[in-house]
Amino acid sequence: MKSLSELEEIRKRTLESVNLRKDRSGTRVVVGMGTCGIAAGARPVLLSFIEEIKKRNLQDVTVTQTGCIGVCRYEPMVEIYRPGEEKVTYVKMTPEKVKRVVAEHIVNGRSVTEFTIGAVEK
Amino acid sequence: MELYRSHVLVCGGTGCTSSGSRNIMDEFNSELEKHNMQNEVKVVGTGCFGLCEVGPIVIVYPEGAFYSHVKVEDVPEIVEEHLLKGRIVTRLLYHDSIAEDQEIKSLDEVGFYKKQMRLALRNCGVIDPENIDEYIAFDGYKALGKVLTEMTPEQVIDTIKASGLRGRGGAGFPTGLKWEFTRNAVGDKKYVCCNADEGDPGAFMDRSILEGDPHSVVEAMTIAGYAVGADQGYIYVRAEYPIAVKRLTIAIAQARQYGLLGKNIFGTDFSFDIELRLGAGAFVCGEETALMASIEGRRGEPRPRPPFPAVKGVFSKPTLLNNVETYANIPQIILNGPEWFRTIGTEKSKGTKVFALGGNINNTGLVEVPMGTTLREIIYEIGGGIPGGKKFKAAQTGGPSGGCIPAEHLDTPIDYDSLTQIGSMMGSGGLIVMDENNCMVDIARFFLDFTVDESCGKCPPCRIGTRRMLELLDKIVEGKGEDGDIEKLEVLAKNIKASALCGLGQTAPNPVLSTLRYFRDEYEAHIKEKRCPAGVCQALLSYFIVAELCKGCGLCAKNCPVNAISGERRKPYTIDTDKCIKCGVCMEKCPFAAIIKQ
Repeated sequence: MKSLSELEEIRKRTLESVNLRKDRSGTRVVVGMGTCGIAAGARPVLLSFIEEIKKRNLQDVTVTQTGCIGVCRYEPMVEIYRPGEEKVTYVKMTPEKVKRVVAEHIVNGRSVTEFTIGAVEK
Repeated sequence: MELYRSHVLVCGGTGCTSSGSRNIMDEFNSELEKHNMQNEVKVVGTGCFGLCEVGPIVIVYPEGAFYSHVKVEDVPEIVEEHLLKGRIVTRLLYHDSIAEDQEIKSLDEVGFYKKQMRLALRNCGVIDPENIDEYIAFDGYKALGKVLTEMTPEQVIDTIKASGLRGRGGAGFPTGLKWEFTRNAVGDKKYVCCNADEGDPGAFMDRSILEGDPHSVVEAMTIAGYAVGADQGYIYVRAEYPIAVKRLTIAIAQARQYGLLGKNIFGTDFSFDIELRLGAGAFVCGEETALMASIEGRRGEPRPRPPFPAVKGVFSKPTLLNNVETYANIPQIILNGPEWFRTIGTEKSKGTKVFALGGNINNTGLVEVPMGTTLREIIYEIGGGIPGGKKFKAAQTGGPSGGCIPAEHLDTPIDYDSLTQIGSMMGSGGLIVMDENNCMVDIARFFLDFTVDESCGKCPPCRIGTRRMLELLDKIVEGKGEDGDIEKLEVLAKNIKASALCGLGQTAPNPVLSTLRYFRDEYEAHIKEKRCPAGVCQALLSYFIVAELCKGCGLCAKNCPVNAISGERRKPYTIDTDKCIKCGVCMEKCPFAAIIKQ
């Protein structure tokens, strides 16, 4: 260790990975992982969320999973909770769609309307 | 560094380790591999979470699910249900962590943690103690960097002085002053030592800090080295703490590898290194002069002071000696400033204190509270009260050097001075709770038995005096007490306090004096009425059968090992008290609770 900046470097690098253990705030990505979700391909969706978040170095975003959300025909489903906003439910997700959701919704705050349950129901 | 979506924190403190948390970690790893999730979920061994009563403990983030009493057999279920499918395994959740709406409460809202303020324990149960990067992530070694690049040694000492921090080892000497004395002492070489020879029965806070956050002590000692002008540190730790020793060894090696120990730290001309010295389990080695003798490789015996260690310590050089918990507070004080620290606690005792809760209490474990918290809050709000709804009788603080606090002082705000005033002492922080079924004479005898055993034998008041006191107490609990015994105890106690060589001897009579002060009637009952009011002292008890309750089933007679019980079926039985050996088997076996002892 030659300098304080090196220490800061390690601090930032590790904080990313341990931040999870701090209080639950910020954006929460919840992937439906009931049998229906898993069968429809929820796992690659979950993994690509983790991948994208890591790639973009996003802080304060957690990815969790939940059981069957109830509309099995729309699986894989993903719900995104942002503090102070209504939850947004995305349906029939794929790893490709995840990239757009992360970029437009999580980073820029605009939900991708065409992937949401509202758009499909119409 | 890999990014994981979920972290599984498994407690690796001594309590949980001895109930199998290592195997639980292994099982998590192999189950995760089975489900091919090893790259998504990280398993971390941490230090003590504090709530040892419900261990082994596993916490899963980001949900913050607090699983208690986890068994190896439960792991596949947690992995499959919670980590794979996202359904929290409610049956294993700690009961107090579930809110009324079935949501999981944040840890800060759980009764056990709500009133706590974790400074010295801030990283325990949060980081992996064997990974220096995680310590750094939570601002570790930042204080050292600040000290070495922005502050002079005098400024460091002034900061500690201004914070009002007092030694957490028991006596409460102002830490900043100690640092200043050591800095001002003349000497070509100086040492910084850490007292991790925690020996009080029932105390385990230093152990938990070393096991859960060893780097905080390493960092603080390095800061102290810079402040007092030392280049060598020793941590004197008990060999009976294998996990603490192992993690300290790892921590020191990692710090050396990162250049946070060794030559020219942070590119400055300051160099410092730390070595471990293992104690062989002598209680007296927690006394500072004996500890230093032991570090030098000599027999662990105290010597008269002055000269104090700050003037003449290890290898006759000026030495700074602080306790583990004291050190654990230092980095935070440097980072947040002395004013911040002064806002916590009472007028003369600043900051927090860690207590090891034990005895008759629901939440056995480790708690850290601001100074000035009352005993009632600690026992009833954090500790969850006394099992079986029994009545609180007294709490022992300060272990064998301290005294008991009776119910009338439950609302005294706890700090160094208030405890001394009511005849006890802060001590290192062991807090043993006693209920109505504890005999205070027996408790005093227990602690004195401990000090007699641990007396090093160098000075007669301690070697002979405490033994004479123990003999008197033995006499009393055996029902052979006489008039005048209490007075003899008092005279002996006074003389030992005044004449013993070191702290061990000077404080040894405290448990007797404080129980005499608050529970003199119990001593008198033992001596005059030959009766133990709490029903503990075997020699003073007899077992009786209450005729109205006895149904004459004969179970007691059948189980009595000495055939002391006789009677006719369906009629009340009787116990021959001359034959009875007071084993208590009959009382246990009686289905009608018809047998009493008094």
